[in-house]
Amino acid sequence: MNATVAPMRVENLSAYYGSREAVADVSMPFAANAVTALMGPSGCGKTTLLRCLNRIHEIAPNAYARGKVLLGDRDIYDSDMSVVELRRRVGMVFQRANPFPTLSILGNVTAGLSGSVPAAKRMEVAESALRGAALWEEVRDKLSKPATALSGGQQQRLCIARALAVEPEVLLMDEPTSSLDPISTLSIEELMTSLTDRYAIVVVTHNLQQAARVSKYSAFMLADETGIGRLIEMDETSRMFTKPSDRRTEDYISGRFG
Amino acid sequence: MKRSLSSRHAASWIGATVTALCAIIGAAILILILGYVAFAGARALNPAFLTQLPVPVGETGGGVGNGIVGTLITVGIATLLALPMGLLGALFLALFGRGWFPEVVRFLSDVLSGIPSIAIGLFAYTLLVAPFRHFSALSASFAFAILMLPIILRTSEEAIRSVPRSIREGALALGLSEFATTMRIVVPAARPAIITGLLLAIARVTGETAPLLFTAFGSQFWELNPAQPMAQLPLQVFTYAISPYASWHAQAWAGALLLITAVLVLNILARLVLTPRTQR
Repeated sequence: MNATVAPMRVENLSAYYGSREAVADVSMPFAANAVTALMGPSGCGKTTLLRCLNRIHEIAPNAYARGKVLLGDRDIYDSDMSVVELRRRVGMVFQRANPFPTLSILGNVTAGLSGSVPAAKRMEVAESALRGAALWEEVRDKLSKPATALSGGQQQRLCIARALAVEPEVLLMDEPTSSLDPISTLSIEELMTSLTDRYAIVVVTHNLQQAARVSKYSAFMLADETGIGRLIEMDETSRMFTKPSDRRTEDYISGRFG
Repeated sequence: MKRSLSSRHAASWIGATVTALCAIIGAAILILILGYVAFAGARALNPAFLTQLPVPVGETGGGVGNGIVGTLITVGIATLLALPMGLLGALFLALFGRGWFPEVVRFLSDVLSGIPSIAIGLFAYTLLVAPFRHFSALSASFAFAILMLPIILRTSEEAIRSVPRSIREGALALGLSEFATTMRIVVPAARPAIITGLLLAIARVTGETAPLLFTAFGSQFWELNPAQPMAQLPLQVFTYAISPYASWHAQAWAGALLLITAVLVLNILARLVLTPRTQR
C-alpha cells in the first residue's frame, strides 16, 4: 500500500501501564478513505494501541507511550502538540455508547463545538453530523429530548454523530458494536463503509466476520508468552483472510484459538 | 450431632423475630419522638408563634419569628461560606485525588466531621468573638460552615467520582479540555448527588445548638445584621425548655417541632433529588 495516502502511522510504538508493557514496538500505517481493522484475542493490546492514537491511553494512572504516532507529518507525542487539537482531528467512538447524560440529543451532538459557534451554525453542523451518522430521520423531531431516552443502537450512532460534528480526519472505533443487537450492528457497519469516503477509520474488533465485512486493511495482534501485545502482521483484509503470511494468524482466523 | 428439622425451624423463627424486633425498635423510636413532639408542639403552634417576637416572662403569647429568621440567615451565610470551598475541594480530591496529600486531606476531613460541635463553637468564639468582645451571627455562621465543610467535601467528591469514567473519556476524546470536561459534562452529571449532600449538610446544622451559645448568643429583637447577636430558633427552644413556666415549655415543644419538620423536609428533598426522573 502507498504510504503517502496514510494520514496516520505509528512507528516503533510501545505502550505501558506503569512498569507493565502492554504493547511493544508496533509500526503500521492507517490508510485514508479506508477502514483498518485491529483484531486479535482479548489482551493482545489492540484497544491500548487504538487509545494511543488520540492519547486517551495516557489518562489512566501512570500510563504512557514511547515511539512515534504521526498525524500527517507531525508526531502527536511531540511536546508542542496540543492534545485538545489532536483529539479534534482524531475522533473516537467507544465500546459502549456514552452519551452525556445531562445533555439533550442536540446538546450531545454539538458538545465538541467551540462555545463561540453561533446557534444557527450549530444547528447546521448538528443536522449534517446526524445525517452522516444515519440518525437524523429518527431524531429530527426530538432534538431537545435527553440523549439517554434513545435506544442503545441510536445512542451509539449519536456518539458517532458527536465525533463527526467536530470534523475529524481520523475516526477511532473501539469495538463499536460489541454491546449492540445484530440489526443495530448492521446499521453501524453500513455507516462505517459510507464514512470512508471522508474519513480514515480504525476499528478494534474481535469479531472476525466484522473485520472481513467492513475493513480494507487488517492488522493481527497477539500477546507473547510474557503478555506483551505485538503486531503479528498487517495486510489487505482480503489477502489476510485467504493467505495469511504467519502461521499464528492462520490459526486465529481458522478458529484454532481466541 | 444433628439437630432435628423442627429445632432448626425454631431457631430460624427466633432469629427472624429478634432481628425484626430490633429493626422495628430503631424505626419506632423516631416515630415516637416525632409523634410526641408533634402532639406537644401543636398546642402552642399558631400564626402568631411563627411571626411574633418573644414576650417577657409573665405575659402570654408571643412567638419565635425572630429566631426563625435568625436561623435562616445564619444557616444561609454558612452555606455561602461552605459550598464554594467544599465544592472546589471536592473537585480537587475527585480529579487529582491520588498520592499522600489528598489521602491526608480526606482523613483530616473525616476527623473534622467527628469533632463535637461545641468545640467548633469554642473555636469560632476564640477567633471571631473574643477578639472583638462582641457576639455575632457571623461567628455562628463560621462555626456552622466548619461543620458543613467536611460533609459537602466528601459527598461532592463521591458524587463526582461516581460519574462513569466513560463519560469523562467521551468528553476528553471530543477535544474538550480537562476544565471544560469537568465543568460542562462531569459536574452536571454529578449535580443531583451534590445537591443531596448539600441538603444533608444544611439539615445537619439547622438544629445545632451548642455552637450558638457563645457565638450568635441570641436576641430578643428583630435583628437582621449578621455582625450583631441574633436570635436563633434552637437557642430559643433551649431557653424555653429550661425555664420554669408551663407556657414557655409549650413554646419549646412548638419550636422543636419546627426544627424537626425542617430537618425532615430537607431529608425528604435530598431523597427526591436523587430519584431519577422517569424517561418517556
